[in-house]
Amino acid sequence: MSDQNLKNYWSRNLRYLVILLGLWFLCSYGAGIFFKDALDSIRVGGFKLGFWFAQQGSIYCFIIIIFIYVSWMNKLDNEFDVHED
Amino acid sequence: MWTYIIVGLTFALYIGIAIWSRAGSTKEFYVAGGGVSPLANGMATAADWMSAASFISMAGLISFMGYDGSVYLMGWTGGYVLLALLLAPYLRKFGKYTVPDFIGDRYYSNTARTVAVICALIVSFTYVAGQMRGVGVVFSRFLEVSINTGVIIGMFIVLFYAVLGGMKGITYTQVAQYIVLIFAYMVPAFFISIALTGNFIPQLGFGSTVNDGSGMYLLDKLDGLNQELGFSAYTDGTKSMIDVFAITFALMVGTAGLPHVIVRFFTVPKVKDARTSAGYALIFIAILYTTAPAIAAFARTNMINTVSNKEYATMPEWFKKWEATKLIKFEDKNADGKIQYVKDKDANELTVDNDIMVLANPEIAGLPAWVVALVAAGGLAAALSTAAGLLLVISTAISRDLIKMQLNPNISEKNELLWARIAAAAAVIVAGYFGINPPGFVAAVVALAFGLAAASFFPAIIMGIFSKRMNMQGAVSGMVVGITLMIFYMLKFKFGIFDGGKDAVAGLQKSWWFGVSPEGFGTIAMLANFIVAIIVSRFTPPPPASVQEIVENIRIPRGAGGAHAH
Repeated sequence: MSDQNLKNYWSRNLRYLVILLGLWFLCSYGAGIFFKDALDSIRVGGFKLGFWFAQQGSIYCFIIIIFIYVSWMNKLDNEFDVHED
Repeated sequence: MWTYIIVGLTFALYIGIAIWSRAGSTKEFYVAGGGVSPLANGMATAADWMSAASFISMAGLISFMGYDGSVYLMGWTGGYVLLALLLAPYLRKFGKYTVPDFIGDRYYSNTARTVAVICALIVSFTYVAGQMRGVGVVFSRFLEVSINTGVIIGMFIVLFYAVLGGMKGITYTQVAQYIVLIFAYMVPAFFISIALTGNFIPQLGFGSTVNDGSGMYLLDKLDGLNQELGFSAYTDGTKSMIDVFAITFALMVGTAGLPHVIVRFFTVPKVKDARTSAGYALIFIAILYTTAPAIAAFARTNMINTVSNKEYATMPEWFKKWEATKLIKFEDKNADGKIQYVKDKDANELTVDNDIMVLANPEIAGLPAWVVALVAAGGLAAALSTAAGLLLVISTAISRDLIKMQLNPNISEKNELLWARIAAAAAVIVAGYFGINPPGFVAAVVALAFGLAAASFFPAIIMGIFSKRMNMQGAVSGMVVGITLMIFYMLKFKFGIFDGGKDAVAGLQKSWWFGVSPEGFGTIAMLANFIVAIIVSRFTPPPPASVQEIVENIRIPRGAGGAHAH
């Protein structure tokens, strides 16, 4: 693999990481801690939303984030032809 | 009776799997030959990860802490995002057997390797002692043997399959243990959720109305009950926002830096599998972790309804039974024959240990004896699976990172395997000793193991992958500063040793740095590690070209397969 290609592959990977870690931060520290009080004024069934994110929602988001990463990276590996056979 | 049958059956299963999957080579002993499917590895990781603390203590803790308990829920799951995105695929590509292996090769020095070995041993030993204790406690409560006999039985079981099978035996027993523990956790949760809310899925019952005809939501009712008794509302916390943040962050980063978790991702065949496997692991973990807060809320509602302002004489059988184990204590301070359970220390008459919430739940809900037995088997599965994973890290740190890589590089494969087994056996005995004679600080230190992992391994591994410029001098000084700072803070604010001992601890809370508790200080120590490492590396020569090539190589997936063919 050429140096330029490697560079492009790596910078795409880093871009994915920034996006996904941003989401990771928002759904846990954002919704569950920093903006918890504001979100608590919204109710979904018996849950206050901030509390729900802290004890349930953030965990569901984590799973979704990992599987988005898996699918993006599988595509990226194929595109740059660095996938395993 | 049921307990003996169910626990006996599960133990027979673990031993059967161990005999079927014994290890023949060091590769099988260290990384199960690198041929574990991502799904099986996900399940094994989940069992490895969820310890006696997750299974027995966590729901109880949340039950008493309310919103503040979220630090454990987010902290112990969010780390898997970091693992999947930042660590697992690259370490799998690197393709060696241990975390010190990576640190030693990437930072081209045995000093770095030794620092990593010491950190791995500190983290793993503190953790494993707590597990053996957990085994002893479950045995003593459900099988009516002494705690010490329980620890010894547990030692023999772990000894048998860890020494015989290494990572291969451990992986497949962990798969079985996951199934046992999740079944044991969910069955009572379904029953209790139906009884309290009419919705049999606990995650939904948690947000439903209470089944008592009032039409009130469970959480609103619980907020009200808590406030009536002088506690803060269940859905609000008492910790400061900065501390909640710091603790959650330290637990997440610590999870991603724990050697016994990282090493699990060395066992799958491909880089791609390492990513997927982290996702599967988190799904399996999330089943328990999203149920735990529901159980916590159910248990607290049930408990307050059962005991608050009720005649002591009318308490159900389970109350008396747990009172006998001293995990429930009642003292009738105002001699009115009723139980006052309130926040105010002088008026409160009841203390309930965190640990009984999960263990006593089936009895509180009046479930049949086989469910109670199942919970005992589940608790044992959780403790044994984690203990085995930790023992493997300890044994490989000694046989590979010390003997093979440093003391005697010419050691034959057969002798290395022998040493791995001897080290595993020795580690079981040491762990068992601490299980029987727990030093007072074990429980406190287990929580801090995360801070130690966050302060030492995490930055060194991350910079090893994402910065080609990071060199030996930077990484070593970062790790040393990080772990020293963490240990200092722990000794000062958790044990009070510079200010006259345990009694001084409460008074020191005002002088916490940045208002961060010792549990959350891993976050600060980790930042210190990063900053020191980056500054030192700028003033020292860059790593040699061969090392920069390793870094380029681990960044692309292709080429990881061959070396570990099954």
